[in-house]
Amino acid sequence: MQSKTKELDPILEVNNLFASIENLPILKGVSISVNPGEIHAIMGRNGCGKSTLSKIIAGHPSYKITKGEIKFIGNDIQSLEPEERAQSGIFLGFQYPIEIPGVSNLEFLRVATNARRKFLNKEELDTFDFEDLVKEKLNLVKMDSAFLSRSINQGFSGGEKKRNEILQMALLEPKIAILDETDSGLDIDALRIVASGIKKISNKQTGIILITHYQRLLEEIQPDYVHVMSDGQIIKTGESDLALELEKNGYEWTDNFVKE
Amino acid sequence: MVSENLVKDVVSEPYKYGFVTDIETEKISKGLNEDTIRLISEKKEEPEYLLNFRLNAFRKWQKMEEPNWADLGYKKINYQDIIYYSAPKQKEKISSLDEVDPKLLETFDKLGIPLTEQKKLTNVAVDAVFDSVSIATTFRKELAEHGVIFCSISEAVKDHSNLIEKYLGSVVPANDNYFAALNSAVFSDGSFVYIPKGVKCPMDLSSYFRINSGDSGQFERTLIIAEESSSVSYLEGCTAPMFDTNTLHAAVVELITLDDASIKYSTVQNWYAGNEEGVGGIFNFVTKRGKCLGKRSKISWSQVETGSAITWKYPSCILLGEESVGEFYSVALTNNLQQADTGTKMIHIGPRTKSTIVSKGISAGNSINSYRGLVKMGSKASGSRNYSQCDSMLIGDQAAANTFPYIQSQQPNSEIEHEASTCRISEDQLFYLQSRGIEFEEAVSMMVSGFCRDVFNQLPMEFAAEADKLLALKLEGSVG
Repeated sequence: MQSKTKELDPILEVNNLFASIENLPILKGVSISVNPGEIHAIMGRNGCGKSTLSKIIAGHPSYKITKGEIKFIGNDIQSLEPEERAQSGIFLGFQYPIEIPGVSNLEFLRVATNARRKFLNKEELDTFDFEDLVKEKLNLVKMDSAFLSRSINQGFSGGEKKRNEILQMALLEPKIAILDETDSGLDIDALRIVASGIKKISNKQTGIILITHYQRLLEEIQPDYVHVMSDGQIIKTGESDLALELEKNGYEWTDNFVKE
Repeated sequence: MVSENLVKDVVSEPYKYGFVTDIETEKISKGLNEDTIRLISEKKEEPEYLLNFRLNAFRKWQKMEEPNWADLGYKKINYQDIIYYSAPKQKEKISSLDEVDPKLLETFDKLGIPLTEQKKLTNVAVDAVFDSVSIATTFRKELAEHGVIFCSISEAVKDHSNLIEKYLGSVVPANDNYFAALNSAVFSDGSFVYIPKGVKCPMDLSSYFRINSGDSGQFERTLIIAEESSSVSYLEGCTAPMFDTNTLHAAVVELITLDDASIKYSTVQNWYAGNEEGVGGIFNFVTKRGKCLGKRSKISWSQVETGSAITWKYPSCILLGEESVGEFYSVALTNNLQQADTGTKMIHIGPRTKSTIVSKGISAGNSINSYRGLVKMGSKASGSRNYSQCDSMLIGDQAAANTFPYIQSQQPNSEIEHEASTCRISEDQLFYLQSRGIEFEEAVSMMVSGFCRDVFNQLPMEFAAEADKLLALKLEGSVG
């Protein structure tokens, strides 16, 4: 019985979160709660605070939380380092994945995977076992194993970078994945590959937050909830049809909403 | 932004080789004049040609000016305030390692260089140099069976005088530069290697230099000769205790390769670098040069420079023999107030000679790290080629990196290629790695080793692992 109620506890709870960067307030009271198996979409104009929210959840050091809390499986995570959050199952898919010259993608993926496995008390994988695992996951995002021997994201096309993000998500098996504009810069084929990868990875225990401007991705992955964000607040929450309405009416339509 | 703090702490790991060995030493009094030189020469029972070599160097040195073209700033060195000979007191003649002062053996043990028969490293022969003298050389018998001579240069002067007389100063002449002249006048000990014709040295050879005394300089001299079709891989390591004064280290290394011979010379330099305020540390002024005399011969320098308050060092190759090959692979890391001005000279004289330069400079803290290199194509060097790549990495926003490539060509039928880049470890890169569960310091060290990979690949395997660890250690706290 107990385990059942536990499953129903939210994976992520953001309560009345205020945050700023260099004393400039960006988030002005955001609340969102994600249960296992749920897919949430956050939509909004550029600069509304969507990306900031995702970075703060992942622990980016440049932002300061001034009020409110972030709970992950019931625990406040404010004092945790980004790596501790990642190890415990928080995943951020970057809007602009970072290039790191000289560091092999394969080695990076292995170290990251093992850090997560260590946290889960699973045996760490040696190079050979890891190669087997990664090759299996590569299929999910239709990536060639040649990507593994290159430096992290260096010289990757936009689509390749995004697929590399989803590959990381597949390897890390997070409890919650926040995907920041994973659809931006993708052509329709790449978008489908990425979307199908996300669907295959997610399961009843995983929560997903999709941050996006467009309906396009949401046609591939149907969200349970859609939140509209504006000026550091979530001003409207609805079901998947809200995204369609937004698509039809544009963001100007949301200017009339007051915070619910 | 937060990054300022973030990128400030990675270098404050205490220097773990900073201990002093309390041992009775025989020192001569401070100061430098012709009598000092006669005294050193007498102590070492040297033949007259060597005393003359020294005196000649000294007279030239007196007329020379200390160079000031490097991008280095330091307090003027008072050459009369240095002890030029310091040796641990021990029995006159040591016939076996058992007679070496246990304190000395213990010192090298602590440094990870066990010398005793039971514990010595199995795959590397070691010459251990303590202040001005060589303490012990391991595996001499085994090497002698292959005709390889590996001993201290003092012993070589006695036992292989013909080779010393022929080759000493033949690559770096006594008056080559200020510090080489000083070394030629007062050098105390160092290593000597001779690989006979056709022999591939059966194991790596290694010298370990330890400065123990605070007020004496170290002036060692290394000479390696590889006869026709022979080859050797030689490793060099250096450490020193922490003193709040600066200690002068002015070494000379000469390498000679004959036809089809090759020498690979690797250094991990970890002299005490001074503290965070820049107090103390070794002044490292070193002249290293190899002469590819023979056809198709090869000299390859690889260095990992992490220590010293000041580094002034340009391991070079004179490519005389046709189709000879010179290589220089370097990682130089500076932190706090360290200053490094290092690079190479590739002098192409023979036809169809080739050289490769790969230099990786990493500057953290308030340090200055400069690459300075000369590529010269002489008039007879037709069909010769050079490729240079100089990359700099900055950690934090107070460190400086410079690149000074000099190119001179008198041969239109030769190729010189130069590439350079500068990058910075950004907070975004760190955050990216961290957000995948990778610990902060591991993230920094992954990026630094990634940056140095091309050079580490050139190091002998044990050395590469050590170098990787050393860099991580040196940067610990400087970014975090």
